Amino acid sequence: MGIEIRGGQVVDPASGVDRVASVFVADGRIAAVGEAPQGFRADRTIGAEGLVVAPGLVDLAARLREPGLEHKATLDSEIRAAIAGGVTSLACPPDTDPPLDEPGLVEMLRQRARFLHRAHVYPVGALTRRLEGAELAEMGELAGAGCVAFSQADRPLVDTQVLLRAMQYAATFGHRVWLRPQDAHLARGGVAHDGEVATRLGLPAIPAIAETLALATILALVRATGVRLHLCRLSSAEGVAMVRAAKAEGLAVTADVGVHHLHLCDVDVGWFDPLANFIPPLRGTRDRDALRAGVADGTIDAICSDHAPVDDDAKQLPFAEADPGATGLELLLPLTLKWAAEARVPLGQALARITSRPAGILGIEAGSLAVGAPADLVVFDPRRPWRVERGALESQGKNTPFLSLELEGRVRATLVGGAVVHERA
Amino acid sequence: MVARNPQLTAEGKLTHLLTLEGLPAPVIGEILDTANPFVSVGEREVKKVPLLRGKAIFNLFFESSTRTRTTFEIAAKRLSADVINLNIGASSTSKGETLLDTVDNLVAMNADMFVVRHAQSGAAHLIASHLAATGRPHVHVVNAGDGRHAHPSQGLLDLYTIRHYKKDFRALSVAIVGDVLHSRVARSLIHGLSTLGTPDIRVIGPATLLPTGVEALGVRRFHDMRSGLAGCDVVVMLRLQNERMRGALLPSTGEYFAHYGLTAEKLALAKADAIVMHPGPMNRGVEIESAVADGARSVILPQVTFGIAVRMAVMSIIAGN
Repeated sequence: MGIEIRGGQVVDPASGVDRVASVFVADGRIAAVGEAPQGFRADRTIGAEGLVVAPGLVDLAARLREPGLEHKATLDSEIRAAIAGGVTSLACPPDTDPPLDEPGLVEMLRQRARFLHRAHVYPVGALTRRLEGAELAEMGELAGAGCVAFSQADRPLVDTQVLLRAMQYAATFGHRVWLRPQDAHLARGGVAHDGEVATRLGLPAIPAIAETLALATILALVRATGVRLHLCRLSSAEGVAMVRAAKAEGLAVTADVGVHHLHLCDVDVGWFDPLANFIPPLRGTRDRDALRAGVADGTIDAICSDHAPVDDDAKQLPFAEADPGATGLELLLPLTLKWAAEARVPLGQALARITSRPAGILGIEAGSLAVGAPADLVVFDPRRPWRVERGALESQGKNTPFLSLELEGRVRATLVGGAVVHERA
Repeated sequence: MVARNPQLTAEGKLTHLLTLEGLPAPVIGEILDTANPFVSVGEREVKKVPLLRGKAIFNLFFESSTRTRTTFEIAAKRLSADVINLNIGASSTSKGETLLDTVDNLVAMNADMFVVRHAQSGAAHLIASHLAATGRPHVHVVNAGDGRHAHPSQGLLDLYTIRHYKKDFRALSVAIVGDVLHSRVARSLIHGLSTLGTPDIRVIGPATLLPTGVEALGVRRFHDMRSGLAGCDVVVMLRLQNERMRGALLPSTGEYFAHYGLTAEKLALAKADAIVMHPGPMNRGVEIESAVADGARSVILPQVTFGIAVRMAVMSIIAGN
C-alpha cells in the first residue's frame, strides 16, 4: 500500500532536512522524499499543505500501568493516547505491579502491545529484582525478552555496592542502564523542592543536593565501569551543570528531562495543587531556566513526557498523599513546541529532542525520515490551538496541571509502519 | 496558575479560615475586635450567647489533640452551636474512606462548619476547594492545624495576646524560638505579624530546625539565642516534639535546653517588659524552665483564655458571611 503525504513542511532532525516536499511511503517504509519513486502508486493521499511532517515521536518514559495498575490506565487507553499525541515509539519504565523483572512479563507486555494500535512499546527492565535494590534482575534474559535498558524507575537503589555491581554486570554485556539521580536518604519523606514555597506551605522537602550527590556517585561509577548510562529526569540547575561538565570531560552519558519541568516550577504548586506533585519535584525558576538552557545546548539530550496517568481518587488527596505525575503523551509535542517557541529554538532542533535523540538513546531504528527508514510519521499543525480538557485527552489519566489551558500544536495524522493509525480532522 | 486565596469570597469576605497568609489586615482586625467582648462572656455566670444556635459544627480531628479540640468545642458551645466531635485518627484510612468521602458524608448530615485537624499540610485547603467545586459554598472550614503548614486560630490568639499587652504591632520585636521547621504555629504567627506591620520578626534555632529560605517569610534568622533575644518585646517559645530526638535533628533534650531553653538569665536580655508566650502544651525543662513559665512575664495562661474568645470570633464571623 502506497501513501503520499503531500506538500507538507518536511522536518527530519536526523538529516537536517527542513523543506516543503511530499513524502512517499511504501511497504511500511519511507520510499522517497520529494519526487515519487518510479512506479509508485498512491493508494491514499494525505494533504499536508501548511502542516509539518516529521518522524514519529520517541518517548523515553511512558507508564502504561500494565500489568497490575489497570485502574489507572491500560495498554489500550495509553497506546491510543500515544498515537493521538504523535508518539510512535515509547519506552515504559518497570514500575508496574509486579515490576518488569521477569522475562515472561516483558514478553506478555510486548505481545499485548503488538496487537494494539501499533505504537512500538519498548519495555525498560528492572535493574534489580522487584526493584528492591538488593539483587540483580536477570538482565540477559530480560534483554532477550525485549528490554532495551534497565532501571529502578523511581525506586531508590541505596546500596552503592549493589549499584557498582549492577553497572559492572550491565557493562559486561553492553546493557544500557538508566538511573534517576536522587539520594534516597536526602529525599526521604520529601514531596516538594526544598525552597521558599515548601517552607511557606510546610511541605516536607527534597533539597537539590539529593540530585547532585547521587549524580556525583553515579558519574564516579560510570568512570569506573564504562557502563552505557542514561540519566533520567534531571531537575536542578546544579545537576545540569554537572552533566555538562561530565560531557565536556568526554564521559559518554546521556540525559533527559520531563517536559513539565521545562514549563513549571514550585510556585505552580499554588495552594497545594496535587496536579503539581511530580517526581522529581518541580524546583525553582532558576532550576527551570537551567533545564531549558540545558536542552537548548544539548546537555540534556531528550525531552520525555514522563507520562503518568493517575486516577482521580489518587489525586484528590492532600498534596503529599496524592499520586505524583501527570498524563503527558498527548502534551509532549505541544509542550515541546511551546518551549521551542519561547526559547527561539528552530523546529528541527526542538524535534530532535523528541525524535532522533531519544531513538539513539534507545538504540532503535526510529526518529528518521531517511529513505528506507520505517514509516513512523507524524503530521501536525504547529499553530493549531486546542484546549486541554478531560474530553480532549485519549489517556485514561486526566491529571495534568495544564487542564483548561490552551496549547498550540495538534496532531493530524500518525503513521506507524506505514499504516495510518490515528487521524484527526 | 496560583488561585485566589480560597478562604475569601469574591467580595473579600472570610468564608473559611485556612491560613493567615494573605489575610488582609482589616479582616484580622475584625476578628480580634470581635473577640474582645467574647472574653467577658467566659467570665459571666451564663457563659453563652445565641449567635450560632441551630448550627452543626463538626470537630473533625484526624490527628489527636485534646487542647485545641476542647477549646474549639467550648467556643462553639458558648455560641450555642451543636458540636459533634469526631476523632478519626488513623482508623478511617484503614477502613478505606478518603478524607473527602468523610467530608461528603458529614455534609449529607447537614454540617454547617468543619473544624479540621490533619497531619498533612494542605488538608483544609483540599476540603475547602472540594466544597467549592461541588457547589456547597455554605459549608465552612476552619483549619485547626494542617501538618506543618498553618494553625491560623492559634496565630490569631497569639496576635490577640500580643495586642492585649503591647498595643502597637508597628513598634515590636518578636522572637520565635525553637522548631520552626515543623511548626504550623510559627508559620501562622509570622504571616499574621507581617500583615500587621511588625518590623522585626526573628526566628531562633539550630540550622536543623529552621527551614530553607525562611527569610522569604520576612524574618531574620538567628542561631545564637542570646543575640536573638536581645531587646525584643515578645518571646514565643515553640514546643519541641519528643520525636525530634529521633532523626538526627538534635542530640538531646539536655543540649537543646542548654542552647535554646528559655531561662530567666536569657530572658533578661529581652526588654524589661517583654512577655513570654507558648502555644502549649509545654515541655518544662526542655524549651522553657518553670521559673519563666510560671513567672510574672509569662502570658501563657491568658493565651488559653483568649484562645476561646478568638475561636468564637472566627466561627461567628465565618458563619455570618
